[in-house]
Amino acid sequence: MSKEDKNIPDHKEILLPDASKLIVSSSPHLHDSGQVAKIMREVALAMLPLVVAAIWVFGLPAVRVLLLCTAFCLSFELISLKLLGKSLKPATDFSAVITGMLLAMNLDANAPWWICLIGSFIAIVVAKQLFGGLGYNPFNPALVARVGLLIGFPDIMTVWSPTTAAQKVSTIDAQSLATPLEIASQSTAAGKELLWDNYFDLFTGNISGCLGETSALAILVGGGYLILRRIIWWQIPFFYILTVAIITGLVNNFVPMATPDALFHILTGGLMIGAFFMATDMQTTPVTRKGGAIFAIGCGVITSVIRIWGAYPEGVSFAILFMNAFTPLIDKMTRVKPFGFWQGESK
Amino acid sequence: MADHLLFPGGVHPKDGKSISFSMPIQSAPLLEEYTIPLSQHIGTPAQPIVKRGQRVLKGQKIAEATDNISAHIHAPTSGEITSVSKHPITGEMLAMTNCIGPAGHMVSSLVITSDGEDKEGFTLMPIEEWQSIDKKILLERIKEAGIVGMGGAAFPTHVKLNPPQGKRPDTLIINGAECEPFLTADHRLMLEEPEKIIEGILMMKYILGAKTVYIGIERNKPDAIKTMKKHLREGIEVRELRVLYPQGSEKQLIYALTKRKVRMGTLPMEVNCIVQNIGTAFAVFEAIVMGKPLFERITTITGEPVVRPGNWRLRIGTSIGDALKMAGGVKDPEKVGKILIGGPMMGLAQFSLDTPIMKSGSGVTLLNKDEIVQYTSVPCIRCGRCVDVCPMNLMPSTMSIQAMKERFDLLEEWHVMDCLECGCCSYVCPSQRPLVQLFRLGKSHVLKKRQRELEKLKAKG
Repeated sequence: MSKEDKNIPDHKEILLPDASKLIVSSSPHLHDSGQVAKIMREVALAMLPLVVAAIWVFGLPAVRVLLLCTAFCLSFELISLKLLGKSLKPATDFSAVITGMLLAMNLDANAPWWICLIGSFIAIVVAKQLFGGLGYNPFNPALVARVGLLIGFPDIMTVWSPTTAAQKVSTIDAQSLATPLEIASQSTAAGKELLWDNYFDLFTGNISGCLGETSALAILVGGGYLILRRIIWWQIPFFYILTVAIITGLVNNFVPMATPDALFHILTGGLMIGAFFMATDMQTTPVTRKGGAIFAIGCGVITSVIRIWGAYPEGVSFAILFMNAFTPLIDKMTRVKPFGFWQGESK
Repeated sequence: MADHLLFPGGVHPKDGKSISFSMPIQSAPLLEEYTIPLSQHIGTPAQPIVKRGQRVLKGQKIAEATDNISAHIHAPTSGEITSVSKHPITGEMLAMTNCIGPAGHMVSSLVITSDGEDKEGFTLMPIEEWQSIDKKILLERIKEAGIVGMGGAAFPTHVKLNPPQGKRPDTLIINGAECEPFLTADHRLMLEEPEKIIEGILMMKYILGAKTVYIGIERNKPDAIKTMKKHLREGIEVRELRVLYPQGSEKQLIYALTKRKVRMGTLPMEVNCIVQNIGTAFAVFEAIVMGKPLFERITTITGEPVVRPGNWRLRIGTSIGDALKMAGGVKDPEKVGKILIGGPMMGLAQFSLDTPIMKSGSGVTLLNKDEIVQYTSVPCIRCGRCVDVCPMNLMPSTMSIQAMKERFDLLEEWHVMDCLECGCCSYVCPSQRPLVQLFRLGKSHVLKKRQRELEKLKAKG
């Protein structure tokens, strides 16, 4: 009955809204419906190829580390929010899940549970919540945790499980292996023999290392997704990788013994995951694209210097954390000029 | 190609124009009462020149501009001035009363109770051969007709068309972008009255002595582009614009069409451009050729909740409630969340149905509750989206923090006064921070501070 009436408004009494129930607020009255949680979900989704690659390379132990880290990170997030007397709502924004996944990506497939626990504690409690939570942390939480663990437990953090493929070939099951970068940095000549020709394995990730860093292919898929979805800017990974390629390429060109070639550097270690997933972390990197490019070049320089001349075989985490500290400065330097800006005669 | 030029930033909000763009302009029925605010323009409010109880005719001047930056106001129909209020000191009964203005505060206004005869009383003589008339007379006519910018800012048109000594604007830009979502008033006008608009544009071109005229129209109105192109006259060009909010903003429009950048803190006049709106061109035509003062305008009444959305020729002083009645009311009063004067990006939310529609009222937009975002803001995650979309190249992320810490000095230093308040930043913010809202607050603080400093200077002599 009433539905029929609605089609013929002329025959119906004209309804007006109740003015006292209107919502009044300042414009704009529309929103593009993007939310922090949505962005974080996209990032989590983009990490799925990495998870798949990790399982393919290292088998089920990878799942264990992933689940442990994610669960620990979420729990620490909830506990800290509760203890700090804050609303528990931020815990639903997926950022802790991403921190957990990223942390797992930085660990070995057979990392003991307590390493996951300590790492999660450093990431969420020390690096994130003590600074004020999401949006206030100056350093990338997952990287702080990785570096903290690396310094605190160097022997555990530098031992890597063999890939499932290697386990099948080798009779020694639980033998620990060095990453290609470690081999390269310890004995360049031997490394050259060993690794120079299996770039395909480096690309697909069939090598030893931590969960997330091995497969360049998976990272490209996930990172490409993030760029296409406009979650991250292409500038950061592009300039980061380009800088490392140029510096290591030049050094390799003139002093081949000092370091392997550029492609080797790009495909090994944490460079790819760092460039696509860590150096693009919004809170800890500059707000402008120009700033992002400067940040990325800085990361590239530091990474190359550490890899070629440093005591550590790997420099990505240090480089990104170091540049995180420079973010406010870069932001200040790259402040955009307003439209129509001019420095003419003052009034 | 010049018409592809980009201005920085911009967003693509839901455009909602399909709700009303196919509806031809209808004339509105005569109402019993009109409430006419005295300040419908930027500048000094007009002074009433009628007494309580006085009978007036349609088009009769009822309030007069007091200084140059002001505009006359005319009666929308014949009838009696019925508003009453007491003078606070003398106790004399005045012809003024207060009503709620679109911005939410009380504004003085006149109320006319219509006599139902709608008798015309134009005092201005039609000017047919305007080409042979002195520019000053035409300018005077535009002033007499009370014409103001119809795009939203409502700056008195006779002031804008009369550049100060030494300035010779060479380019007249006609803003047909209508980038504000949901509104279709200018679009309909271009489709239905292209000849009159073009004639009005030629008049303004003549008054200004401008060499080139661009009509900028967004590509989402291909029929309007076609119609306007068909009726073009010499010296006028139609330029297609990218569909991007806020394309219709003065500085962005000038840049897109002429590649000239208006320097911060200066007026378009500095780059020899004058921007006028489609509706203004139409009003100028009517004022000169028909001697008709500005007492009605095209207004879009639209939104999902409206029963018969469309475009109306509304008389100034029509209340929102009356306008909604013309559009058949709303489907479900319970679902209506907001009533806006203007569109959803820059419109003003209303809390009363008595608010009158003024000369700048290009639309009444209704939004359902589910279309509205209720902000629950979280800390900035520094994603940089606001920086990307800001058409003025400001840094809303940093500035919002300054505003929250009440560092209005820093805010001023970071050019908050150049903020257009277009709302792009708030529109994209994933943390749903009230960015543009904070800048409005900041701007008012900076203005107050500047005023205080000016007073101090004056006191010192």
